[in-house]
Amino acid sequence: MAKHKVTMTINGESVTAEVDSRLLLVHFIRENLDMTGTHIGCDTSSCGACTILIDGKSVKSCTYLTVRADGAEITTIEGIAADGTNHPLQKAFHDQHGLHCGFCTPGMIMRSIDLLKTNPNPTEKEIRWGISGNLCRCTGYNNIVKSVQQAAAEMAKEKEASV
Amino acid sequence: MIPANFNYHKANTLKEAIALSQELGEEAKYMSGGHSLLPMMKLRFATPEHIIDISKINGLSYIKEEGDLLKIGALTTQSELEHNDLLKKSYPIFGDAVWLTADPSVRNCGTIGGNIAHGDAANDQPALMLALRATIIAEGVDGNKSISIDDFFHGFYMTALEPGDILTEIQIPKTKKNSGGAYHKVERKVGDYATAGVAVNIELDDDGVCQEIGIGLTNVSAVPMRLERGEEILRGKKITDELIDQVGVIASEDCEPESDLRGSEAYKRSIVNTITKRMLNKALERARK
Amino acid sequence: MFKCKTSPEVGGMGHSVKRKEDARFLHGKGKYTDDVKLPGMLHMVMVRSPYAYAKILSINKEKALAIDGVLAVITGEDLAQYNLHWMPTLLSDSQMVLPTDTVMHQSQEVCAVIATDRYIAVDGAEAVDVQYEPMKAIVNPFKALDEDAPLLRPDKEGQKDNHIYHWERGEREKTDAAIAAADVVVKERIHLPRIHVASIETCGVVASYDKDTEKMLIYLTSQAPHAIRTILALVAGHVGLSEEKIRIIAPDIGGGFGGKVPVYPGYVIAIAASFLIGKPVKWIEDRSENLVNGFARDYHMDCELAATKDGKIQAFKVSTLADHGYTDSSANPSKYPTGMFSICTGSYDYEHAFAELDAVYTNKAPGGVAYRCSFRVTEAVHAIERMVDKLAAEIGKDPAQLRFENFIKKEDFPYASPLGWSYDSGDYKQTLEKAMDMIGYADYKKEQAEKRAQGKLMGIGICTFTEVVGAGPSKDFDILGIKMFDSAEIRVHPTGKVLARFGTKSQGQGHETTYAQILAEELGIPYTDIEIDEGDTDTAPYGLGTYASRSTPTAGAAAAIAARKLRDKGKKIAAHLLEVSEEDIEWEVGKYFVKGAPEKSKTIQDVAFAAYTNFPEGMEPGFEDTHYYDPPNLTFPNGAYICVVEVEEETGAIDVKRFVAIDDCGNIINPMIVEGQIHGGLTQGIAPAMYEGIVYDDEGNVLNGTLMDYLVPTAVESPHWETGHTITPSPHHPLGAKGVAESPTVGAPPAIANAIIDALYPLGIKHLDIPITPDKVWDAIQLAKAKA
Repeated sequence: MAKHKVTMTINGESVTAEVDSRLLLVHFIRENLDMTGTHIGCDTSSCGACTILIDGKSVKSCTYLTVRADGAEITTIEGIAADGTNHPLQKAFHDQHGLHCGFCTPGMIMRSIDLLKTNPNPTEKEIRWGISGNLCRCTGYNNIVKSVQQAAAEMAKEKEASV
Repeated sequence: MIPANFNYHKANTLKEAIALSQELGEEAKYMSGGHSLLPMMKLRFATPEHIIDISKINGLSYIKEEGDLLKIGALTTQSELEHNDLLKKSYPIFGDAVWLTADPSVRNCGTIGGNIAHGDAANDQPALMLALRATIIAEGVDGNKSISIDDFFHGFYMTALEPGDILTEIQIPKTKKNSGGAYHKVERKVGDYATAGVAVNIELDDDGVCQEIGIGLTNVSAVPMRLERGEEILRGKKITDELIDQVGVIASEDCEPESDLRGSEAYKRSIVNTITKRMLNKALERARK
Repeated sequence: MFKCKTSPEVGGMGHSVKRKEDARFLHGKGKYTDDVKLPGMLHMVMVRSPYAYAKILSINKEKALAIDGVLAVITGEDLAQYNLHWMPTLLSDSQMVLPTDTVMHQSQEVCAVIATDRYIAVDGAEAVDVQYEPMKAIVNPFKALDEDAPLLRPDKEGQKDNHIYHWERGEREKTDAAIAAADVVVKERIHLPRIHVASIETCGVVASYDKDTEKMLIYLTSQAPHAIRTILALVAGHVGLSEEKIRIIAPDIGGGFGGKVPVYPGYVIAIAASFLIGKPVKWIEDRSENLVNGFARDYHMDCELAATKDGKIQAFKVSTLADHGYTDSSANPSKYPTGMFSICTGSYDYEHAFAELDAVYTNKAPGGVAYRCSFRVTEAVHAIERMVDKLAAEIGKDPAQLRFENFIKKEDFPYASPLGWSYDSGDYKQTLEKAMDMIGYADYKKEQAEKRAQGKLMGIGICTFTEVVGAGPSKDFDILGIKMFDSAEIRVHPTGKVLARFGTKSQGQGHETTYAQILAEELGIPYTDIEIDEGDTDTAPYGLGTYASRSTPTAGAAAAIAARKLRDKGKKIAAHLLEVSEEDIEWEVGKYFVKGAPEKSKTIQDVAFAAYTNFPEGMEPGFEDTHYYDPPNLTFPNGAYICVVEVEEETGAIDVKRFVAIDDCGNIINPMIVEGQIHGGLTQGIAPAMYEGIVYDDEGNVLNGTLMDYLVPTAVESPHWETGHTITPSPHHPLGAKGVAESPTVGAPPAIANAIIDALYPLGIKHLDIPITPDKVWDAIQLAKAKA
């Protein structure tokens, strides 16, 4: 089987590699690049633990071929805030106790980034539907909803301040 | 779960894709969003030798009205359908359906063309296409062809697309002033395939008489199903509650559901009856606005 | 109410301080088992049986071994050479690691492929050619004892049929007599189906054996690493794995809920493979393997509840058939095969009770995972709470009123239950009243009457449960004879900062925060100055792990007592520093001072420094202590849950309008974390009540073995939970705490089921087994209409 040369930007850095056709993007990120913040929970694109951003949109990386990401701009949980700082969603999940075991958290945050980009001021219902492709077995979702609400308010404030 | 080995080929143009398909033969499959095919490959239910990636082909992602038609490029993602202003304003049936399809991340990848070309009666778009009386445009070795939606679905995962054909565009009669559509499905939980779903599109004249009607059913038959007998009852008539009730009953009679994890056959028939009535009412309400 | 003794900066008990463990998880820096990567690491993938019951005719490895990168295919025959093909279960049964001749359930491990790469291992598994001779499987447990049923376990000496054990507790004759004489008796067969914990992280292991040093390093998704190390040393000692050479590290765990207590065959095979090959071997379950190869519940309970015509409960009897699959591998460390099932008499005061249970083998996966409950408490609570509601409906009494009239009274604690438990504390009346106030019970009753008059289906369901957690006292528990204590080791550094280690293991419960808060409470050292470490058997003191809501009741108590011992030592040092006698020293949070002269004081940090630099003559230097806590009794958290639903008659659709949960778990260490635990447990309660259940076909195939069909609730299905609490401290726990996380999983299903059945009652529907799905409701409505 022929290998394919791919080049993509991951968290702002350019990465080039030779990969098999069938290599799933989640494995490329976890095994080849050793960034293990992106998790695997189900294999059937049901749980969302592997959610990353491809060109700014949330995608389940367990159901995405690495070769197709050639030329893409990819963001994972490791890349949303500089070391020692927090993205408003990271801060909000901490403040609102939006995580327990932490396994779904990176995917949940990556999904929420896309959600707040398309809908900066979501209702509780819109948040619940907006994260419906991400399963959490620990929190019962109440505090995840509150976390997204807090982040939305904070990001709106930031936006206002920057205008 | 890991797919078996295969060779990946990226097509930059339609021509290239079709040429590749010809060259590689029957063991090659097209992949657009990949969210129907890749899961089957991971389960090793599908083991194609070659994947031809058509997702990078330029110019196949659009939503526009042209002449009498609404035209949607096959590579338009479900998310693009969901957030499109034209569809929100004039074709709310798409919003109804997309909102209930899979989840937002999957919708960022999944395309309308893939959803239809997969030929799966459990997918939501086929019922919409039947209700909206769509025409499917495909490009193949012999050039461009247009296929009436009534002739499109042939069987379980089987469509009128021939080897090498690529679904490129969906054409739908442009919405008229007294028309309206609606879709709903009952699902066990959000993002699930339908237990049963019903798409309705109605066009009235100024007197409220039904000029055109399309009804499509999701996941209650092996092949996406058009409820022709129900449509006939309503076409040319002023739609009354009694007629709606009749069509609901017809829907429950004509669908062909099987008992499974989603419920008994009788339950599904009953659900089809209920949703048919509700979607007729909702479509009517929208048509009368 | 609980009053905080410490400032928010110190962050002792009662403060909702933010979690210390969050930072790594939020930045993708958590380290879970699948994140472990060792040099030269190999990957293992299982070949699994497509049949529920079949003879293995042959296993052909050739094609698999021909694949470049496939190093080995390990079969039962291979393991048999080392006598590792079977392993014992906690309840004296035996489980195959790999089969030599027969597979006993669909998806059972048949052999394991070891390769250099995960992808190649999957290819290898696909290439192994196994020939089977399928046999007729026993799927229905009620047919397991039929005369013509095949004997599933001929390997067990003396096993004549598929009966595993009979257990009983209470007085059969007196209970039967009371039931026979009662005005009213309600009966029901209640099934709690198989469900799975479905933690988002599946199970996995990285085993790394070094043939030179003979050390076995194991990263394991384990809630109980020490216990597993001991078990491993006991079962694999004969091949040379000795306990001091085994190091188990349970790294971050992506949810446990009981599913990461057992030893799964995959663990043992990976460990054996690493032992034989001398290289690290990783095995990570995929989701289907996870869902299909373990289970919780699966009790069929025949219940009878007897009462006077006014509704005074007199007797309860429950006879259960338990489907254990092909082996009883229940993760149950109690001395009773049914765990804590005898808590089934509930929150009510009556004299006579009798519970019995018969367990049988079937061709299903083994399990008996104690899924977020202390071994069969969920089953027990469901039985009594459904029956109490049924009784209320039968005699036409408000189910809240019926409960008030039967509750064990506050002044009756400690209460000796008819089946032998000593409930420690509770104020059931106050808790239910609070729940009723919060939800507006009277208004809903009114609304329900109005809706019923309009032919609409609305239901109100109550559950007032009593839990039994904190395993546990030596008289009731042990694992292979090891008592169920737990431990804390505290090291206060010279600068007054702390490292504390525990024998438990957090899987998301927030131990790194709550244990720090317990120590902050006891020592007055800010929780931010305290690091907590768990899960590494080389460094942590011996403990039995985290499950059964036992961490706070056992290790939390150990931490408090170890800290108090340190404080006593500190008092001597303070007296030495302040040049007074020890009797003149008093303690208040964070400092020692001279009685009557509070300006003369030394902080705990001063004292810690002195413990290394300036201690009294003859005193052992250092400021460290360790305590092992064997609890005198279990703790009995309780709660009152009320659920309001509407059901649409035409479609069977169920809408949960409100859900209020009032919990009493004694004193609360971190209210934010406790509330979070309750939210999560409630979602795990609505899950089996309305969505989840493992479904088998007649051949024993699991029909819903992926998350596409095993319906774990999303944020959309999960209601907006409303919570509150009452506080009745445990009299025997050093902190007055009880343990909490299992209460919502136990209490929510009956509250929801009671609400739905209450909604359907006007149609003549008196019971439905969970999960109560819209199609099940619709079918029941049609049946009821046909009858009427």
